[in-house]
Amino acid sequence: MNSKIAKTFANCKREKRAALITYTVAGDNTKSNSLKILNTISKSADILELGFPHNTPIADGGQIQESSHRALKNGIKLKDVFKIVKEFKNSNPDKPLILMGYFNLIYQSGENNFLKNCKDSGVDGLIIVDLPYPENKKFSIKCKKKSIDFIQLVSPTTSDERMKKILKDSHGMVYYISMLSTTGGKLKVAPKKILQNYNKIKNINRSKNIVIGFGITDKTIAALKKADGLVVGSQLCKTITNSLKKRLNTAKVLNKMVYKLKKKII
Amino acid sequence: MKIKKGKLLIDQHDKNFMYGGKFGGNFVPETLKKPIDDLTKLFTKLRKDKKFLKERDECFKSYVGSPTPFIKLENLTDYLKGAQIYAKVVSEANGGAHKIYNATVHCLIAKKAGKKFIVGDTGAGYAGKMLSMAAKKFGLKCKIFMGAKDIKRQRPNVEAMKKNGATIVPVTTGSQTLVDAVSECMRYWVSNCDTTHMCVGSTVGPNIFIKICAWSTAQISRELFIQVKEEFGKIPRKIKLLNCVGGGSSAIGFWNEFMDTDAEFVGIEAGGPKNSNLHAAPLTNGSKIGILHGAAQYVIQDKEGQIGSTESISAGLDYPGISPLHCFLKDTKRARYTSANDEEALKAYQLVSKLENISPSLEPSHAFHEAIRLAPRLKSSEVIIVNSCGDSIKDKDIIKQKLGSYKR
Repeated sequence: MNSKIAKTFANCKREKRAALITYTVAGDNTKSNSLKILNTISKSADILELGFPHNTPIADGGQIQESSHRALKNGIKLKDVFKIVKEFKNSNPDKPLILMGYFNLIYQSGENNFLKNCKDSGVDGLIIVDLPYPENKKFSIKCKKKSIDFIQLVSPTTSDERMKKILKDSHGMVYYISMLSTTGGKLKVAPKKILQNYNKIKNINRSKNIVIGFGITDKTIAALKKADGLVVGSQLCKTITNSLKKRLNTAKVLNKMVYKLKKKII
Repeated sequence: MKIKKGKLLIDQHDKNFMYGGKFGGNFVPETLKKPIDDLTKLFTKLRKDKKFLKERDECFKSYVGSPTPFIKLENLTDYLKGAQIYAKVVSEANGGAHKIYNATVHCLIAKKAGKKFIVGDTGAGYAGKMLSMAAKKFGLKCKIFMGAKDIKRQRPNVEAMKKNGATIVPVTTGSQTLVDAVSECMRYWVSNCDTTHMCVGSTVGPNIFIKICAWSTAQISRELFIQVKEEFGKIPRKIKLLNCVGGGSSAIGFWNEFMDTDAEFVGIEAGGPKNSNLHAAPLTNGSKIGILHGAAQYVIQDKEGQIGSTESISAGLDYPGISPLHCFLKDTKRARYTSANDEEALKAYQLVSKLENISPSLEPSHAFHEAIRLAPRLKSSEVIIVNSCGDSIKDKDIIKQKLGSYKR
């Protein structure tokens, strides 16, 4: 277990803090700007999630939909996504990058071809929103063979029995969805309750790095900082939307936001 | 890939819920796994429960109005001088379309599941109208997701939904039609699956929704099978069952009981405007398999896998995907699929309404076009039955705009 993702979690643990994981959409609002954003926020972020946009995203709320829409309108294609990853990795070889998206794009590109492109560009992990367990079994084995972390998702509706099975087949990192919601929903569950569920998962296998996502903003992040990692996505997409409206330098504004988030969990 | 005889089509999937190893499945976010699993277990139990079946049949009889008429279109047959043309006038069902079967069954299930809220998607507005009607009857609070473009073009059904006390949520993302309404409805369910039952309006979506919908609309062919036997003394050898397909719920229901007979199935997709590249006919136009709304199916998309734009004069057929069951029927060659364009559907609507006592909506008018095209080439001993699954009243605005006037 010496993936860059695992190393990053180990480092964070040594520093006794949660890992900060950001999510932005590749190509939002342009290809070059999204690369600039990655380069800038990687100073504060520990792991970067990069969305490859789909125009029918059934699990995303308004903020990420808007970012995806902007990116697609600007003509982003998968090959551009991989190019962005490659260029980012050239200047930040040790920073873990996780691609996140919907299965149809992988299906069309061909699983093996997609994974080859991941490997070539330096992708460290994959989150596929609509490829749940056990449907993802074969694909996750393929990922492992390429030393790419396939990140399983678990949610408040996941039964105990199912949770155990998912964790058993998971790689190093597991993503816990904090509540019943699409991305970008208001946190409607008490952080204490979320951490209770988190601990339940953690107790199944303490060696897994469990991150919490959905509904996490600068307002809610501090209350959850006991987790191994915390994902902020919609708030960053919203920040991009707002800074574009105000014609501000998106990378700069986003950098400030990510810095602020980081300060809240150290 | 083969269809098994003597086994319901909806049950011919493998352990991954795939038909023919290629179509369907449950490509859903983790959060929906449990609600889908719970619903699957409940439905599996209910469909074997004699009390539940009795309740359903009672509803179909006294509330939906079963059986709907099966009539010979004498004038159209005389006019075309070929095969005998019949119609199964499903638009006579309560509410005016086949969507009432699925809506009623979903409300019955929601009650059994102890849910107080029900949500659904709608394109032409029929699925929404029927769900709002049934929800009102069963005392469920109802929310309907509908594309903003469809809200404008299907006004009569929107008004009906409001009258039934449903909340209509206009969907303003993407193309603002059915595809976005289904996405938004699923998003809502992801956030509210603990208190709310979801009804998918057609034979699309995760496997359980395909099953429930097809199991419900099968009532159409249960009735028709008896009616055809009464009319002809047996099931004629040369018989064609024509049905429009968007998501494909009425066609599956129309064909189900005839699966193991010699009846020929023809599905008619929406070809879109005459001189346009846009259409809603993934089977006719050779679209590739992709994942849409939780299921693998032939779907209009670009090379990358972004879902493509569609266009059709009929909101009910304006959907980029198609039921995995139809993909299965196509690949096993049990059914064949073709398309009619907007203009052809309008013309068929005009001819049928002029000659006959029925006035099909623009969706079945696509199927009537194919009947009108085929009939003169066939012998008078051959039989064509068209599922007239909707009434033109909901299309009065569009028809008025296209033809200058609308009479009913």
